[in-house]
Amino acid sequence: MPAFLLRRLLQSVVVMLTVALIAFALFRYVGDPINNMVGQDTTLEEREELRERLGLNDPFLLQFARFVREASAGEFGLSYQHRRPVRELVAERLPATLELSFVSAVLALLVGAPMGVYTALRRRGILSRGFMTFSLIGVSLPTFLIGILLILFFGVILRWLPTFGRGEVVAIGWWTTGFLTASGLKSLIMPAITLALFQMTLIMRLIRAEMLEVLRTDFIKFAHARGLPARSVHFRHALKNTMVPVITITGLQLGSIIAFAIITESVFQWPGMGLLFIQAIGEVDIPVMAAYLVLIAFFFVFINFIVDLLYFVVDPRLRADKATANGQ
Amino acid sequence: MAATQSARATGLGDRVRRGLDSDIWYSFTRSPVTVLSAVITAAILLAAVFAPWVAPHDPFDLASIDLLDASLPPVWMADGDPRFLLGTDDQGRDVWSTIIFGARISLVVGFASVIFSLVLGVGLGLVSGYAGGRLDAFIMRVADVQLSFPAILIALLIDGVARSALPRDLHDELAFYVLVFAIGVSGWVQYARTVRGSTLVEKNKEYVQAARVIGIRRGAILVRHILPNVTGPVLVIATIHLAVAIITEATLSFLGVGVPPTTPSLGTLIRVGNDFLFSGEWWITIFPGLALVVLVLAVNLLGDWLRDVLNPKLR
Amino acid sequence: MALLDVRNLRVEFPSRRGSLVAVDGVSLAVEPGDVLGVVGESGAGKSTVGNAIIGLLEPPGEMTAGEVHLAGRRIDDLEPGEKRKLRGKRIGMIFQDPLTSLNPLQTIEQQLVETIELHLGTGEREARRRGVDLLRQVGIPEPELRVKQYPHQFSGGMRQRVVIALALCAEPDVIIADEPTTALDVSIQAQILDLMRALCKEKDVGMMIITHDMGVIADITDRVAVMYRGRLVEHGATVKILGDPDHAYTRSLISAVPRPDVRLVRFPLVTYIEDAKETPRHFDVRRHWLGQARDFGDGAGAGAGAGAGAGPGAKKGDAARAGEGGDGGGRGPGRGPLISLRGLHMRFTTRPSFFKRNRVYLDAVKDLSLDIHEGEVFGLVGESGSGKSTVARMICGLHTPAAGAIRFAGTELTSLAREADLDPFRRQMQMIFQDPYSSLNPRMRVMDIVAEPIRFHRLAGGREEVEGIVSDLLEQVGLGAGAAIRYPHEFSGGQRQRISIARALATRPRFLICDEPTSALDVSIQAQVLNLLKDLQELLRLTMLFISHDLPVIRQMCDRVGVMQGGRLCEVRETEALFESPEHDYTRHLLALMPRLEGLSRQGLEIEEPA
Repeated sequence: MPAFLLRRLLQSVVVMLTVALIAFALFRYVGDPINNMVGQDTTLEEREELRERLGLNDPFLLQFARFVREASAGEFGLSYQHRRPVRELVAERLPATLELSFVSAVLALLVGAPMGVYTALRRRGILSRGFMTFSLIGVSLPTFLIGILLILFFGVILRWLPTFGRGEVVAIGWWTTGFLTASGLKSLIMPAITLALFQMTLIMRLIRAEMLEVLRTDFIKFAHARGLPARSVHFRHALKNTMVPVITITGLQLGSIIAFAIITESVFQWPGMGLLFIQAIGEVDIPVMAAYLVLIAFFFVFINFIVDLLYFVVDPRLRADKATANGQ
Repeated sequence: MAATQSARATGLGDRVRRGLDSDIWYSFTRSPVTVLSAVITAAILLAAVFAPWVAPHDPFDLASIDLLDASLPPVWMADGDPRFLLGTDDQGRDVWSTIIFGARISLVVGFASVIFSLVLGVGLGLVSGYAGGRLDAFIMRVADVQLSFPAILIALLIDGVARSALPRDLHDELAFYVLVFAIGVSGWVQYARTVRGSTLVEKNKEYVQAARVIGIRRGAILVRHILPNVTGPVLVIATIHLAVAIITEATLSFLGVGVPPTTPSLGTLIRVGNDFLFSGEWWITIFPGLALVVLVLAVNLLGDWLRDVLNPKLR
Repeated sequence: MALLDVRNLRVEFPSRRGSLVAVDGVSLAVEPGDVLGVVGESGAGKSTVGNAIIGLLEPPGEMTAGEVHLAGRRIDDLEPGEKRKLRGKRIGMIFQDPLTSLNPLQTIEQQLVETIELHLGTGEREARRRGVDLLRQVGIPEPELRVKQYPHQFSGGMRQRVVIALALCAEPDVIIADEPTTALDVSIQAQILDLMRALCKEKDVGMMIITHDMGVIADITDRVAVMYRGRLVEHGATVKILGDPDHAYTRSLISAVPRPDVRLVRFPLVTYIEDAKETPRHFDVRRHWLGQARDFGDGAGAGAGAGAGAGPGAKKGDAARAGEGGDGGGRGPGRGPLISLRGLHMRFTTRPSFFKRNRVYLDAVKDLSLDIHEGEVFGLVGESGSGKSTVARMICGLHTPAAGAIRFAGTELTSLAREADLDPFRRQMQMIFQDPYSSLNPRMRVMDIVAEPIRFHRLAGGREEVEGIVSDLLEQVGLGAGAAIRYPHEFSGGQRQRISIARALATRPRFLICDEPTSALDVSIQAQVLNLLKDLQELLRLTMLFISHDLPVIRQMCDRVGVMQGGRLCEVRETEALFESPEHDYTRHLLALMPRLEGLSRQGLEIEEPA
């Protein structure tokens, strides 16, 4: 049993190292870091001296090891654009993105999953057709367009909701939250819906497809043949079996919410990491890009690991004791 | 032998007759939504291909643009000008015409990215599935890692790298290729995984073993026997991927890292128009947005239908 | 009135091309303690009858006429909710595949308890007790322990026992079993059938067994109903119907069943089957394309001419190609065995790992040595997993042996390094596969499928010639030249197998491997295909390796037989000697498991006299 989780953990470490390598290569080899730190008038000697002092002349592996060590402590150096430590910038922006992503993820799951189950069970129902149409429009509307339309209706025409920013936030230690003020909550509504809509429709379609697949299996037919009530067959037998693949992919989808936040944040000028990242790309601010990349990768790996744990809890075949697997 | 010759002579008519009799055609004609989406997709494709002849104005011909015409609303509104069906933007360009030219760019980028992804993904998937072993493990591990990052992020990253590695003017020149590469690379995994999955199934089927017993070499087996049998799902993915690629392009352009504003795609138009949303000139951004949604929706509907037809058990 | 009474049942599947009548006018009755067999070939509608009775027809199927009565009460017109309450409670159902019939995420106990609580209204503790008790009754050792386990921890046979326990757990009046043993190995099959019959008698339950297998019918049923294309053709006591059938279809079906106890000259011509033409026309092999280049360089097989009367199949143009003989390259000793296997070993990695010591292997074939002589049909028999197919795959190069040598006409194939060096041998060695639905590339026309080996080995010149040869081959296997322009999906299983045979013959092989060539086919189709193979073998003097799990088929087809168990060869004998006086314990065990078909009518059979 622990072998499976251990292997997954090892894989996660490999993934993190790979991403760190990409981030490092970006940092070290795309554009000259020295050029970005000093002014035009710095002499060659001064540059060489700085280069030596920053360890840029050390062997590749040593530099990479230093990068990994510093990155795991959250140190990514100075932002070229803001002239401030990347760590501070990220710490300022992180709460905004995490709060937005969290609300969207909950929204997407709570609405998407029941819709998926419903459309699978009542395939020909009118409400199901409605849901399917809605989901198709959902996947066809680009996230930024949803945001623009919401802004147009609720911000510009109706003037009900604020169209940009987080509203008032309350600081708790270094964390700032918009959950505790009315304006913070109001500001959250449109961005959260915008971000959730696409994932919601994906989750719905995914669950529907998996559920239909499970409903066709022999053991469902056998459950019907034993006279079990439809409710029990659908929810106790079918739904639980649907969960195995759904957990995996839903995990991935939720992870991608954090990345999709880039778009939402830039539509609503939401002061999160996505906005920071998109500005960094525009300004070729490599330390920020590297930090964002590593952080996002960390979230993904973390979510994947949780997913694996869940998988392990749900599916007894993974917990199988090999010795009895073929016992007669 | 006579039988085979006469059969070849009637081959084409035979094929058409079979096509019209097939379940696919039947299900197509029975679904008005699908027919409508096919018509819309075809219309947009034709309009995009023949943009210079279809569009009433050439939005890039500076001589024909008059700043006095700037920011006119659509014809049915109070200040509308009959020359400009959907109004004009802040520089006096006809919105309807920019949409047609914008759709052209969006479609070109979309198709190019899909083809790039498809060739890369199908190739790697076939090799991965058929060769197995370490090569397979390596390709699939890369795919797994990439799959954990959304396409949009990868495309952004590639664009970011290209931006920092290339001088600005060169980057603008190459923006189109960078974009196609970025969207293409971010999409290959799905093709590769599906094709690998089908290849694993197909390669253990007995017709492949029969070919091996005859002595047919690996390459020929892959191309002649396996490839034709894994194309069904690829077609479905490609259709849905076209919609995704168009959205991705629009999103990147909206974020300002896509095609340069000199050759605006639908995404660029929306981005530019977005600035005028608050001053009331909503048509500059809403109409390109609508055009984008209609296009993507039509392609998605076709893709959905195709998936259901090729995978009848899902209906 | 009977316990279960089905009257004039009609089931239709509406489609856009009109309604397909799957079952029409079927009337059946099951009494308590009575085992009724419903037998028929694929497409006969026998499973549909079972599904219609319990109200679980696959949509869009619907019952359009007839009545179903259970213990005097009409049940087919009940509300869905009422019908559901009968399922499991009054009518139990057992399906074919035990591996997929159980919910993989629930323990056996959870599934048993849920069903018992629902139908018997007992408390949980009582349901548990009953569950364990049931497992004991269906012969699962240590039931208290096993009940806590998940389905994947049981073997196939054990899972089918669990399925039976689940079907029995609400003490139903009737059990409908749809091919309950088809997915199981013979030895397990016998146990499960015995168990089912014993439980049925003991609990006085009426049982309906749906099967395609005459052996199952003969072994456990009291009465039998024979179905053909949706209709009931005959219905009566099993002894009577098997021993003295009235209907022509039943007669032809029974005459096509391979007999374990006698060897036939050939299977009788059956009229009630698909439109395949009977057997190839005889032709003069010396003048026919198939007979060309039969001089393989070692004297054997040259000019083999068993053909009686030159048929129109002979091709003039081919005579010019006779000169290419001897491309085999094998110039071994004149009268040695054609195939000689020495110390053959095959190992598969079942759990790959980066570290060698963590890998898990399966030794599919262990130290196997064997000779097959020119012109003989050598049979290889064994249960699934015995390694018989692996042997075939090693000989034709689909697997590379871990150790040992394969000699073909004196040349050691295992020592040939280059692909091209192997080609001449591949030409002489062809294979016919088991599954007619996957052995033909669905995207190629029959013409291209059969022509591929001819083109690859350059056995004919231009396109015209190749197409002529393919047309002729298709005639020879009884399909007709018109088949060439069609795609595989347009053919039935038996016809596809004929296409496979045509493809194998297209290289003009000397050695033909048949890996379970008929196990996916209905019994009457099987008889036709076996006849065809036998005729071609005699006509072309082919050497054949014939692999099957089915002993009666082996007895009909083979000159010598090897019995395999667990990757080892335990006995090799002349066929008749093996069947009459087996020496190895395992052989005796296998022979004892064969269905006893003494009761089957022998009307119309040509029985081969013992030499």
